[in-house]
Amino acid sequence: MSYTAQDFKKGQPRWCPGCGDHFFLASLQKAMAEIGVAPYETAVISGIGCSSRLPHYMATYGMNTIHGRAAAIATGAKVANPKLTVWQISGDGDGLAIGGNHFIHANRRNIDLNMVLLNNRIYGLTKGQYSPTSPRGFVSKSSPYGTVEDPFRPAELCFGARGHFFARAVATDDAGINHILKAAYNHKGASVCEILQNCVIFNNGTHDAVYKPTDRKKNAIYVEHGKPLIFGENNEFGLVQDGFGLKVVKIGENGITEKDILVHDAKCQDNTLQLKLALMGDGDGFPIALGVIRDVEAPTYNDAVYAQIEEVSAAKKYHNFAELLETNDIWEVK
Amino acid sequence: MAEKLEVKELDSVAVRFSGDSGDGMQLAGNIFSTISATVGNSISTFPDYPADIRAPQGSLTGVSGFQVHIGANKVYTPGDKCDVLVAMNAAALKTQYKYAKPNATIIIDTDAFKEADLQKAAFTTNDPLKEMGIDPDRVIACSITTMVKDCLADSGMDPKSVFKCRNMFALGLVSWLFSRDLKIAFNYLTEKFAKKPGVAEANIKVIQAGYDFGANTHSSAANVYRIESKVKEPGRYMDITGNKATAYGLIAAAEKAGLKLYLGSYPITPATDILHELSKHKSLGVVTVQCEDEIAGCASAVGASFAGALACTSTSGPGICLKSEAMNLAVIMELPLVVLDVQRGGPATGLPTKSEQTDLLQCLFGRNGESPMPVMAATSPTDCFDAAYNACKIALEHMTPVVLLTDAYVANGSGAFKLPNLAEFPAINPPYVPESMKGTWTPYMRTENGTRNWAVPGREGFQHILGGLEKDDKTGAISTAPENHDLMTRKRQAKIDNIEVPDLEVIGDKNADLLIVGFGGTYGHLRAAMEEMAAQGKKVALAHFKYINPLPKNTAKVLKSFKKVVVAEQNMGQLAAFLRMKVDGFVPYQFNEVKGQPFVVAELVEAFNKILNA
Repeated sequence: MSYTAQDFKKGQPRWCPGCGDHFFLASLQKAMAEIGVAPYETAVISGIGCSSRLPHYMATYGMNTIHGRAAAIATGAKVANPKLTVWQISGDGDGLAIGGNHFIHANRRNIDLNMVLLNNRIYGLTKGQYSPTSPRGFVSKSSPYGTVEDPFRPAELCFGARGHFFARAVATDDAGINHILKAAYNHKGASVCEILQNCVIFNNGTHDAVYKPTDRKKNAIYVEHGKPLIFGENNEFGLVQDGFGLKVVKIGENGITEKDILVHDAKCQDNTLQLKLALMGDGDGFPIALGVIRDVEAPTYNDAVYAQIEEVSAAKKYHNFAELLETNDIWEVK
Repeated sequence: MAEKLEVKELDSVAVRFSGDSGDGMQLAGNIFSTISATVGNSISTFPDYPADIRAPQGSLTGVSGFQVHIGANKVYTPGDKCDVLVAMNAAALKTQYKYAKPNATIIIDTDAFKEADLQKAAFTTNDPLKEMGIDPDRVIACSITTMVKDCLADSGMDPKSVFKCRNMFALGLVSWLFSRDLKIAFNYLTEKFAKKPGVAEANIKVIQAGYDFGANTHSSAANVYRIESKVKEPGRYMDITGNKATAYGLIAAAEKAGLKLYLGSYPITPATDILHELSKHKSLGVVTVQCEDEIAGCASAVGASFAGALACTSTSGPGICLKSEAMNLAVIMELPLVVLDVQRGGPATGLPTKSEQTDLLQCLFGRNGESPMPVMAATSPTDCFDAAYNACKIALEHMTPVVLLTDAYVANGSGAFKLPNLAEFPAINPPYVPESMKGTWTPYMRTENGTRNWAVPGREGFQHILGGLEKDDKTGAISTAPENHDLMTRKRQAKIDNIEVPDLEVIGDKNADLLIVGFGGTYGHLRAAMEEMAAQGKKVALAHFKYINPLPKNTAKVLKSFKKVVVAEQNMGQLAAFLRMKVDGFVPYQFNEVKGQPFVVAELVEAFNKILNA
């Protein structure tokens, strides 16, 4: 059975005109159709927030639950019914503030969830408060003189929680999203896809550096496993290792050739260089990394749960309630 | 000297084993109750353990007790005070003597009553018996530690392992006191230590030594006791704690419903044993997830329920606070969920190892919005099985979260459990959406009794989105329409109100002058108090609630047909408040106590007599 994006569409989205969520939704539906898992074997589970409205526009099974708990609820759904393909949708407030604990533990346990983090660095639904990804000094309704706290960097949280998959795309970049969502689906275990998404009302322009294709050409680098880390309008720049860090070099200058450029290894267990890639672009002269930054195989929680059930079942002699009773010390009263 | 020995025939007797937390008092008590149950005695047990993991050896805070009540007739409680107190050290005597009857026999290990032990136990003189006003004639003082060492001198065991066998000496001595057949204990130990035959052999040897010591020196005891079984219900039995019975009830319900059992949980005293028990039974396909917090325990269960499992979460009061939002989500999404609340002392962290009934109103009302939820309460350790089974049945058949209240007393206490036959239990039939509704079905369509259908993901043509936002009654889409919200609120309420629960039963004199009312874990004590008063010729009856929301249909009729009603509960009057809200003009007397300990029957009788005479 093959599907089209139409098979995954339902209803009329109510996001603001121009909201990044519209773009992402269309790309998600298209990617799901191409992935080919039936809508009735798919569950889309979100928390609360603008982006968490997404399940209502899907013709799959789904839940738009409570604030922050999407990862925990998705965990139960996947572990109880591992045949389901589960997509978990959260914003930066839902996923990293109130839901931060569930986010890290879903990653640590390596539940086979496709976790999408729509990051607009603002609370939109409550009309404009700073979020845990807003930069220090950010002025908002709840921080009229600027915030006095540092933001989370999602990749750092994911890696800190021993996450095995992290990818990033821009909400307006259909091909970029398509690529990482398929990779996330194919990755067995928790996969985090950070979507850089604009809030036209309360944080307009937050991702301007990469929101248009022309700007991405200038300010982003598409990383791909096994390919050299080259970027720039004319592919004239590259990344090389420099001591404990990375360095931007110009190909052709100072004797640098393409052969000197660092080759991306998303499969490397050690996440040190992957983290460096993921953290680039914070006004530091480096490009923002897009694509699959880390994609390392590891045993999933849900597989391990059922493997253990099978293993114990084979070893134990009781397999129903009546047999369970017989494992106790029993006496008879006549 | 045998001729001096008096054999006393008793209806019931309570034995309290007490010592350091690591002294194995619970094991000794368990074996003693099993031996007694095997000969047909009725049994009820209750452990009383400290909140500290392992307080310093010999200290007052480190004492744990285990009380066993055995009876010729049915016993309903572990007994107010004990007839025999075993004190394995000075601290145990100091802290546990208050639980002994004035004429109780006291067994002490004199080796643990040395000067240092007495100091640790805050005795000020070298004569602890005199200091506590205990008549030495009632005391069996023996050097248990020394005798155990002698007994196992040739065993090759290390001193620590030898020391651990002291509990078996005490058990042997108590077994002699009650003329128990040791064969059952030997079999029990042989099986328990099947993989360590050396340990089994040592334990058996020490029990026998304890028994022989009693038999050889019995002139030092005032009497030995016999408890003949008068009411025997034939059948096969096992000893079961409330928490284990709860776990078994869930397993049985899942099997009956043909569903996978899922438990999302987080460790919390005194509920953790449910998680422990279910984690063992992977060969039954049980899935347990120990979550990152209480919130996730419940939230993951909601996810599991959506995905088609029989989903449960287990906790105590502090956990209910955290689970409330996900419980509420299950209310509005109308998904089955069983929430097990093993109540403990509160508020906040309160008294983690002690028992109360103070979560009732929290479970009934502690959520935002109009959030009706069935609330049930188990009455005894063995009743936890039926209660858990029925909680699952209601949750699955009415598509609703259900709270089952137990408490530390019921959860940790044990009783003789007649092995149930699952075939005799009522069927569990969740309202799965019929295939014929494909194409026309929406998620909030309702069956005749007001329940919505369950469409489990994986079924083609029934995709739908649930959520925490109010939904349109007809389409299932998000709706903020005023009339629709009012309608949905009423439909959710009506669904719970329509759940059929058994009538409230009146036990005792139907024309009583005083009706005693309670709920949940106090059943045994209230029943014992009622029967004691009836034996005194008083006109009393008991009506005990297992179902609190919805209330049994005959509640108002029962409560209003007695001149005087007293609601007795281990809180400040939560059930009384709920009944007054639900039953017009109902003004009961109240008996309230929040000491963290089970009721004392004698105190109940005194209080109820006062009300009778008022």
